[in-house]
Amino acid sequence: MNGDFNAAVATGREAQHHMAMSSAATTPPSVDKVDGFSRKSVRKARQKRAQSSSQFRSQDKPIELVQLPLLKDVSAQEQPELFLKKVQQCCTLFDFMDTLSDLKMKEYKRSTLNELVDYVTVSRGYLTEQTYPEVVKMVSYNIFRTLPPSDSNEFDPEEDEPTLEASWPHLQLVYEFFIRFLESQEFQPSIAKKYIDQKFVLQLLELFDSEDPRERDCLKTVLHRIYGKFLGLRAFIRKQINNIFLCFVYETEHFNGVAELLEILGSIINGFALPLKAEHKQFLVKVLLPLHTVRSLSLFHAQLAYCIVQFLEKDPTLTEPVIRGLLKFWPKTCSQKEVMFLGELEEILDVIEPTQFVKIQEPLFKLIARCVSSPHFQVAERALYYWNNEYIMSLIEENSSVILPIMFASLYRISKEHWNPAISALIYNVLKAFMEMNSALFDELAASYKSDRQRERKKDKEREDLWRKLEELELRRGIQNSDGVIPTY
Amino acid sequence: MAGADSDDSLYPIAVLIDELRNEDVQLRLNSIKKLSTIALALGVERTRTELLPFLTDTIYDEDEVLLALAEQLGNFTMLVGGPEYVHCLLPPLESLATVEETVVRDKAVESLRKISHEHSPVDLEVHFEPLVKRLASGDWFTSRTSACGLFSVCYPRVSSTVKAEIRQHFRTLCSDDTPMVRRAAASKLGEFAKVLELEYVKSDIISLFTALASDEQDSVRLLAVEAGVSIATLLPQEDLEALVMPTLRQAAEDKSWRVRYMVADKFSDLQKAVGPEITKNDLVPAFQNLLKDCEAEVRAAAANKVKEFCENLPEDSRETIIMTHILPCVKELVSDTNQHVKSALASVIMGLSTILGKDNTIEHLLPLFLAQLKDECPEVRLNIISNLDCVNEVIGIRQLSQSLLPAIVELAEDAKWRVRLAIIEYMPLLAGQLGVEFFDEKLNSLCMAWLVDHVYAIREAATCNLMKLVEKFGAEWAQNTIVPKVLGMANDPNYLHRMTTLFCINALSEACGQEITTKHMLPVVLKMSNDQVANVRFNVAKSLQKIGPVLDSNCLQTEVKPVLEKLASDLDIDVKYFAQEAISVLALA
Repeated sequence: MNGDFNAAVATGREAQHHMAMSSAATTPPSVDKVDGFSRKSVRKARQKRAQSSSQFRSQDKPIELVQLPLLKDVSAQEQPELFLKKVQQCCTLFDFMDTLSDLKMKEYKRSTLNELVDYVTVSRGYLTEQTYPEVVKMVSYNIFRTLPPSDSNEFDPEEDEPTLEASWPHLQLVYEFFIRFLESQEFQPSIAKKYIDQKFVLQLLELFDSEDPRERDCLKTVLHRIYGKFLGLRAFIRKQINNIFLCFVYETEHFNGVAELLEILGSIINGFALPLKAEHKQFLVKVLLPLHTVRSLSLFHAQLAYCIVQFLEKDPTLTEPVIRGLLKFWPKTCSQKEVMFLGELEEILDVIEPTQFVKIQEPLFKLIARCVSSPHFQVAERALYYWNNEYIMSLIEENSSVILPIMFASLYRISKEHWNPAISALIYNVLKAFMEMNSALFDELAASYKSDRQRERKKDKEREDLWRKLEELELRRGIQNSDGVIPTY
Repeated sequence: MAGADSDDSLYPIAVLIDELRNEDVQLRLNSIKKLSTIALALGVERTRTELLPFLTDTIYDEDEVLLALAEQLGNFTMLVGGPEYVHCLLPPLESLATVEETVVRDKAVESLRKISHEHSPVDLEVHFEPLVKRLASGDWFTSRTSACGLFSVCYPRVSSTVKAEIRQHFRTLCSDDTPMVRRAAASKLGEFAKVLELEYVKSDIISLFTALASDEQDSVRLLAVEAGVSIATLLPQEDLEALVMPTLRQAAEDKSWRVRYMVADKFSDLQKAVGPEITKNDLVPAFQNLLKDCEAEVRAAAANKVKEFCENLPEDSRETIIMTHILPCVKELVSDTNQHVKSALASVIMGLSTILGKDNTIEHLLPLFLAQLKDECPEVRLNIISNLDCVNEVIGIRQLSQSLLPAIVELAEDAKWRVRLAIIEYMPLLAGQLGVEFFDEKLNSLCMAWLVDHVYAIREAATCNLMKLVEKFGAEWAQNTIVPKVLGMANDPNYLHRMTTLFCINALSEACGQEITTKHMLPVVLKMSNDQVANVRFNVAKSLQKIGPVLDSNCLQTEVKPVLEKLASDLDIDVKYFAQEAISVLALA
């Protein structure tokens, strides 16, 4: 049995090793970050940081760790103490930018971490009170650090390869250890909360900006566990995520971990008690909705839409403010985003209650009429697909007397004018559906189409006249007051 | 002024408001942008009593519309009846200052700052200051953020009790719960300090500065750096060490590279603010550390400041400090691994020669220049070459010419056309510094080679370069060295090269003068009017139009006119067009 256990560990190691190698080989930008050859000054520089950040120890001389016996080789009574010693040893940090230094000790720390991961998974009775501060200290030493500047100033997460964390071979195990520790049956939040406090959480949240997706994935699990186990930290975590999002939307437009944070929020929202607190509603309207305005929306749109729909399933009365919010932030120039918005809107309509639908149908269908007549065929097509949705169709049918007059002019015009034959065909089907729904109204609208257009044109002309008169007046006044006191635009 | 006599009946407010409410955002935006016209039509009284309340009540719109509104209201004082009534503008601007969208809010604050100066001291206390207080204690972070920008405009003109309140509000915002507000407060700290009495700078501002500079978020700490520079300029020299230096020293060694970057970026301002003594004792070692920082961003920012920092060192010890402390770091940066660092250094390093004088330059700087001239990154080489004039003044460019030439040749043939373009732009400068002989011998052939580059932008730049060279070296030089080569290309089998001849003639005729143009260039142009490629022919028409003013009228009538008339009846529509245009511009019809 022991033999099997070792073999499992060994394959685990190999797998990690392999992963580290392949990630270095397949991602060219990181290659030159990890490459230790011929980069003398980077190595020197890293050592400098080691001093100034006080997080790393000075590495003028090689690091020596005393090799401790394996946990399984000592008696059960000795194990907790040895465990603590090993945890303390793992506070030692290595410079992974220098691939040649301390190779033996790096390997020793890796195997120790591996051993710790296995130990916390299977052992009982090791979690004494003094273990908590040591574990939290070790995790903090390893994971908390100032993230380096992004390689390119204009890092585009959709285009560029992310910079991978050089110390991942250790970091991954530290995360894994911490997750197992949090999930362990003996874990007691009441003791741990002394060490896993607001400051800890704040630093954890900052790490979500890491460019390395593997790290963000681990962080997601860690934060999820902490949110689940520490009731006292929940409000604080939500507030800090709010701040991150607001800063992201209104200040920097840059934060790598938005999708991960939204995933966590998705399950948090799921657990909200009813009726929803004002705080949560404010979060929906003032934080989640504005997230739609960000340029990089495509990177987290699925998670965002999921959160929004979660809210609406909890409390349908929020439908109106949400749809009004989407209308307010509706993309003006970016067709890709418009398609995403239309997708989200359909998700919302899928769960909308008929009473809520009635409240919002007018502005909503004015917008849909605009999308249907978009010259970008993907936008028009996405909007026209709504008519394939049975539930939406039934809502339209119930309210056809309101919706048909809004939609008619656009459909009628586009059916003749759209450049794309596929769109024309879809429009034709929609018109047909309307005709079947409410033929009397349809005929009426078709008959008055021309006179309506004329009336619109007349109104446009009246507007022009009004403004022309106003401008003449302004000109006249301007001449009268030629001392120039009236600022004019 | 416009008042009771406005044409009320013509423009009922309802119609105007209808326009502001139009369903189409674009029309609404247009109406808002003409808000001053509407106000003018209504007259000051109805603007105050009807238009402004409407605007205040209906502020829920697209951010684009709100932005236009916020901007308009900043210029509205006269339209509501002058400074006496300016406070009427506060309610709509107050709502706009609480909007989420940053650009709208910033614009509202800007307008509020603008109209604050139009308030009388009494109105400022009665109307403006209460608004600032309301914003400062708003529920949502946006209003508190906006408040931060308004304290400094009302502080100088209010009574001392109100001043105390304002200071208290600012203090509260500096320790606000949300980092957004703390960032706003930190970014306005320097500005606020400037309007405070010195005693309060010492008692209030310093503690706020210290707290913000050790905030848990680096985005707050880095803003405090800038404030620190402003504060340092306000304090008497003897207080600097105790009040600001500990914090600034800590910022220069902050664990976040963003903060260190900010210190490096503001280093020259900081140096001026703290004076020579602190510079010698504190800033020199700090600067050395920044030049050796582990993050390339920080090193590059510091490298950019090398020249300015050295220039501003106290004269008595300048040379010693540079030679013993700065130069060793600079030497290391020359072989930095990051090209941005090297190129930042290359853009300023030449400036050190004027500071250090001839002997030091030759002994210490020259090897660095030469190393950078051989750098693998073209940007580094370009930056050195573009600053040659600084060295020329001190040691003469001859010292460098041996290494310069290979560097120039390599850049001239770089695979990236943007690099070639950049070096072309420095050619006139180089030619001026190196002299005509050196140029003829070494560089002339390069300049001619660019004329047949396969990238149009290079050929165009090469043409312009020739003109500048002729301006430098004179018409005679042109006639002997470049004109024959340019004209020779008129017979090239490639029509693009034939057109280059025409473009060169366009550029050179004026600099070369009437004689060369008439004698040598014009015959070639006229002959090319028979070219079989239409693009060449219409460029002949364009060239004739261009060089026409240089020619005498006899020549125009007898030689140019017949050719243009022939081209005006060409089969190609473009040739016709440009020929006709030339005829009319040269008045040959």
